[in-house]
Amino acid sequence: MKLFQLTIHELQVLLKNREVTSIDVTKSFLNRIKNVDKNINSYITVTEDYAMKQAVKADKKFKKGGDLPSLLGIPIAIKDLICIEGLKTTCASKMLQNFVSSYNATVITKLQKNGAIILGKLNMDEFAMGSSNENSYFGSTRNPWNLETVSGGSSGGPAAATAADLCVASLGSDTGGSIRQPASFCGIVGLKPTYGRVSRFGLVAFASSLDQIGPMTKDVKDAALLMNIICGKDQFDSTSADTPVPDFTKSLVINVKGMKIGIPKEFFIEGLNQEVENKIKEAIKVYKNLGAECIDISLPHTEYAVATYYILASAEASSNLARYDGVKYGYRADSGKGLMEMYRNTRDKGFGEEVKRRIMLGTYVLSAGYYDAYYLKAQKVRTLIKKDFDDAFNKCDVIITPTAPYPAFKLGEKVEDPLQMYLSDIFTISANLGGIPSISIPCGFTNNGLPIGMQIMAKHFDEESIFRSAFSFQQNTDHHSKKPDL
Amino acid sequence: MEITEKDVEHVSSLANLKFNDETKKNITTQLKKILAYVKKLNELDTTDIQPTSHVLPLQNVFKDDLIKTIFDKEISFQNAPRFDKRHYQVPKIIE
Repeated sequence: MKLFQLTIHELQVLLKNREVTSIDVTKSFLNRIKNVDKNINSYITVTEDYAMKQAVKADKKFKKGGDLPSLLGIPIAIKDLICIEGLKTTCASKMLQNFVSSYNATVITKLQKNGAIILGKLNMDEFAMGSSNENSYFGSTRNPWNLETVSGGSSGGPAAATAADLCVASLGSDTGGSIRQPASFCGIVGLKPTYGRVSRFGLVAFASSLDQIGPMTKDVKDAALLMNIICGKDQFDSTSADTPVPDFTKSLVINVKGMKIGIPKEFFIEGLNQEVENKIKEAIKVYKNLGAECIDISLPHTEYAVATYYILASAEASSNLARYDGVKYGYRADSGKGLMEMYRNTRDKGFGEEVKRRIMLGTYVLSAGYYDAYYLKAQKVRTLIKKDFDDAFNKCDVIITPTAPYPAFKLGEKVEDPLQMYLSDIFTISANLGGIPSISIPCGFTNNGLPIGMQIMAKHFDEESIFRSAFSFQQNTDHHSKKPDL
Repeated sequence: MEITEKDVEHVSSLANLKFNDETKKNITTQLKKILAYVKKLNELDTTDIQPTSHVLPLQNVFKDDLIKTIFDKEISFQNAPRFDKRHYQVPKIIE
């Protein structure tokens, strides 16, 4: 096996035993990026010098020995809307094309404190708005399993890079499914933590009541290792939860005997791709054979989730993106007749079509005369969706569904119809509205070799049940260990 | 009532965006379609339902009112499009 094919936990052993150096590992990834990423376009910025300097430092620490941080020498890549001091954070937008962050996001401080090496910043849909990574100012990211198909979005870069072994693991962000859906399309593990588990300080805001940073990894164990590091209350994020962070690796056990798995009927509907449905049903059989009890449940307001989300997320986005005006940072266009013209020209030229569309929708639903009919109404429906989950988790421990209604679609297939694109989030969105944790793990492939993802949701702060059920599945299947042919 | 091009003009001035005749037509059509879809929420009776603005039961998360220096001023100016040692420069605001 090549070094770039290994997981975090496999590399940890080799590095600790000094069978390989951090320089060996980092070079292995940097070379692979040079050879392979031109076909995938998963990186916006490769931080070669920065990474090599950190690798040299890491090897010095390994040589010295003693108490070593857990991610020492491990090369991670970061979705390009998480700030790293001294590096560009572009959000895949012309608006921030040359923006250099002046501080580290809390998750970066934590990764670096634990010795991780940063390989670079990964491609995404502009300002996290999209489901295919086709909305990037820096071009689309292609799916490593079939280069004519999308990687998914908005964390398309992290998903593709992790699947193609262009990093050991990555961090993405999820507002309506942006970690889980691309994880599903690219055949990797992607976890959206409970809202508030992971600090949003340094995460460029899209929808503040929905955004969460999460790990995107080759297997469930790596996701648990990263969660141990990135979770925790943060004084710089007033929305972070003051809930103790358990050692998530303790949940990596093969034991689902008696675990109650809810299967919601609203997720098995017309429009669900038949191959996806078959693979989910096969996965449910695996759980039954392991001793889990599968029960039918209902999440009655599921069909209203997409509408609710697009009102709330767009409204919050219109507020969060009002700051991009060309005054203190970012792109500034010609001023024309004065300040107001400068604002309009800057935002007209600096933002892509999808971003403008959502700002318009969000501004409209918040405007006088429409606030009650749209925004307030959507907030009330959010209460109903959250209650559906509260009721369901009285009956079951986890809920299993497909992650996406279909596997990766062809590039260009859905760009002309925004609403069709929005509907690809139909299964992931509810978890963001409810604030509950949710993972996507690979559960098979289509006949054409495209990955299929299974979503496992649990109640607030119960990532442990997610890890237990996901790990048990991965120890009894091998979908996650397959690699694309590149 | 459907969104009109006049509504789009109003909203775009609120959002500091601009559209020409063609792009105005396009965005109006797209927004009409999206708004027609989200009207689906009216199927639900939410008369006595409280709105959820935030999923965690957090209230009044305050910090002590202390002066701290997080980083030097110079670092904040490093991305300024136009800067004259002390001020961000912008086009004339008042005639």
